[in-house]
Amino acid sequence: MPPLRMRRAAVGSLPMVSTGLLAADGIVMRFGRRTALRGVSFSAEPGEIVAVIGPNGAGKTTLLSILAGLQTPTEGRVSHGVREVGWVPQQAAVYRKLSVAENLRLFARLERVDDVDATVMRMLAQTGLADRAGDELGALSGGNQQRVNIAIGLLAGPPVLLLDEPSSSLDPRQREVLWAFVSGLARESATTVVFTTHNVGEAERYADRVLVLADGELLFGGTPAELQAAVAGDGADRDFESAFVRFLHERGH
Amino acid sequence: MGPLRFLLVKDLQILRRSPLLLVLLALYAIVIGLPVGYAVSRPPTKPKVAFFNEVPASGNSFSLGGKTLDASKYADRLFDAIDPIRVDSRQAALGKVKDGEAVAALIVPKGVTQALQAAVSLSGSSEKPTLEVYYAADNPLKRNYVEDTINAQVAKANQALGRELTKVAAQYIGVLLKGGGFSLLGQRFDVLGLQRSTAILAEVERTLPARGAKRAEVERVRRFAQLAVDNLDLSDAVLSTISNPIAVDVNTVDGQTSSLDGYAVAAAVTIALMFVGLLVAAGMLALEREEHAFGRLVRGLVGRTALVAEKILLGAIVAAVIAVLLVLLLALFQPVDFGRAPEWLPALVVGALGFGAMGVAIGALTRDVRASSLLAFLLSLPVAALALVPSGSISKTAYDAVQAVGALFPFKPTLQALDAGLNGAGPALGTSLLHLTILIVGYGLLARLGLRRFGART
Repeated sequence: MPPLRMRRAAVGSLPMVSTGLLAADGIVMRFGRRTALRGVSFSAEPGEIVAVIGPNGAGKTTLLSILAGLQTPTEGRVSHGVREVGWVPQQAAVYRKLSVAENLRLFARLERVDDVDATVMRMLAQTGLADRAGDELGALSGGNQQRVNIAIGLLAGPPVLLLDEPSSSLDPRQREVLWAFVSGLARESATTVVFTTHNVGEAERYADRVLVLADGELLFGGTPAELQAAVAGDGADRDFESAFVRFLHERGH
Repeated sequence: MGPLRFLLVKDLQILRRSPLLLVLLALYAIVIGLPVGYAVSRPPTKPKVAFFNEVPASGNSFSLGGKTLDASKYADRLFDAIDPIRVDSRQAALGKVKDGEAVAALIVPKGVTQALQAAVSLSGSSEKPTLEVYYAADNPLKRNYVEDTINAQVAKANQALGRELTKVAAQYIGVLLKGGGFSLLGQRFDVLGLQRSTAILAEVERTLPARGAKRAEVERVRRFAQLAVDNLDLSDAVLSTISNPIAVDVNTVDGQTSSLDGYAVAAAVTIALMFVGLLVAAGMLALEREEHAFGRLVRGLVGRTALVAEKILLGAIVAAVIAVLLVLLLALFQPVDFGRAPEWLPALVVGALGFGAMGVAIGALTRDVRASSLLAFLLSLPVAALALVPSGSISKTAYDAVQAVGALFPFKPTLQALDAGLNGAGPALGTSLLHLTILIVGYGLLARLGLRRFGART
């Protein structure tokens, strides 16, 4: 069964898809008088990679933090509990004075995984950092730190992984390594991956689906190709980034 | 307890991997704690005073009641409280003051022994023996201190001389009372004495006619002599009272006073606990945010309250270990009663928890390690200073305010608890421990509230 997706999302609230593995329903988030999210609803299927894109201040990180259980929405609900969602913050949330293995072991214990050592070994193998297990995190490259950061998010084997701008501090080669890892994760473990990014090229390349947020509003949910097609006129001839900018422009952003 | 233990082990691992930082922290606490502890437990050092004695060594003696006394013995009392720079001329003494090497010059003038001799020999001379003191004008505070010191020591010398004079006066009275020989101005006198005079008068009175006018006259003289005998019997006690009219009975309010060394140990250990407890607890909590791990931890792995408790415990453990090392180090140089460990160890541990709690509150208010360390450092110095302000040094209102503010920080109750534990001094140990417990809870709550400022994303 193909994933149920929100195609050609209309402005305003979107229909809740109950069969989705991850679902958000009518999320509203207010900070005082400022409204950061305005009735955002969407769902994502197992193994699907969803990119949340939009201009600065669109509400991307706020949406992700609500999905991760870091913040409670003013209105609306999320289908999953905190422990079912792996969270990978933008900056590596690791202890630089501890080794790779010690970081993984610490968080595995805090996550109360059944077999800590086996889990750590598995994550070391999965991240390709087994030979650097004893190295202090501070001595690793940004890319490798990010891999450990993601591995920590995956320690409890969550069905959903949330990544907040995971490649923002990485060079192009490290980005390739990262996305190969994330894609493999989605493909092989059927992990649902939702990530935010400013790099729309990355969203086009690695996401099955993109959600376009602007000013707290979900403007679009569909494949990158559908976003290009949604742009009026000669949208099909445009590259994805141009189509995205045009899309926002047409909707007054 | 599980997550708390894992975090505690993690933090200790991180600290162990920063040995330079840890050693510097320990050294800093010890290097600051020791001198400050000793400084606050010691009176000011003896002021340097230029001293010139114009009286030659051979001219120091004077006679009192047939005894020869050495005036320099009384002058030496001055040196109990000052550090003399002996010079060989008046100009040199004044030069030392002008140069700033001495805060004052003390000059014993040439004729002082003669004046003293005249004063004590009851020759009627009105000229008092006088010492000359010259002060530097640049530091009124120091001048005041030196002036008080010299005046106090001169008063002591006067008192000692007064005691000698009293003894002599008592001897004279004794001769008047009981009779006997004494020397005055080189001449020997034999005195009948009032007691023997009374006896003679009584004999004479018995030989006179019972109702005769002569007998009545002699009886009056005998009664007068007897009255003098009865009252002069008390002269020793009276003279002793005159020479020391006011005695000092030293007592303390609220328990015992510790020795200066004992208090210095308590102060040094408290200062070490403060620096280490505050800096470790504040820094390690701030580190959770600096490493961006705070959000990950409080996202269901560890509660904010547990995180606060863990950092308080961490700060307390590290501070207590360093403080115990400091106690062992101090024990090499001065007696520390290890038999009292069941009393001072709880004081040390609860004090460490108090500083840990305050440190965590600081850490919860700041975003990174640098800011938290700076704030901890900035707060620690005034906190210690407030606790060490002695009563009577400022107005009562200001002192009450200082006491009230000082009570909000763990320094004073820790110092009192350690002083009670180590030396059995100050207020009861239990009172200080209760005070600290209230502060631990208060700072813990403050830290917990402070962490609400920071979202889980931090």
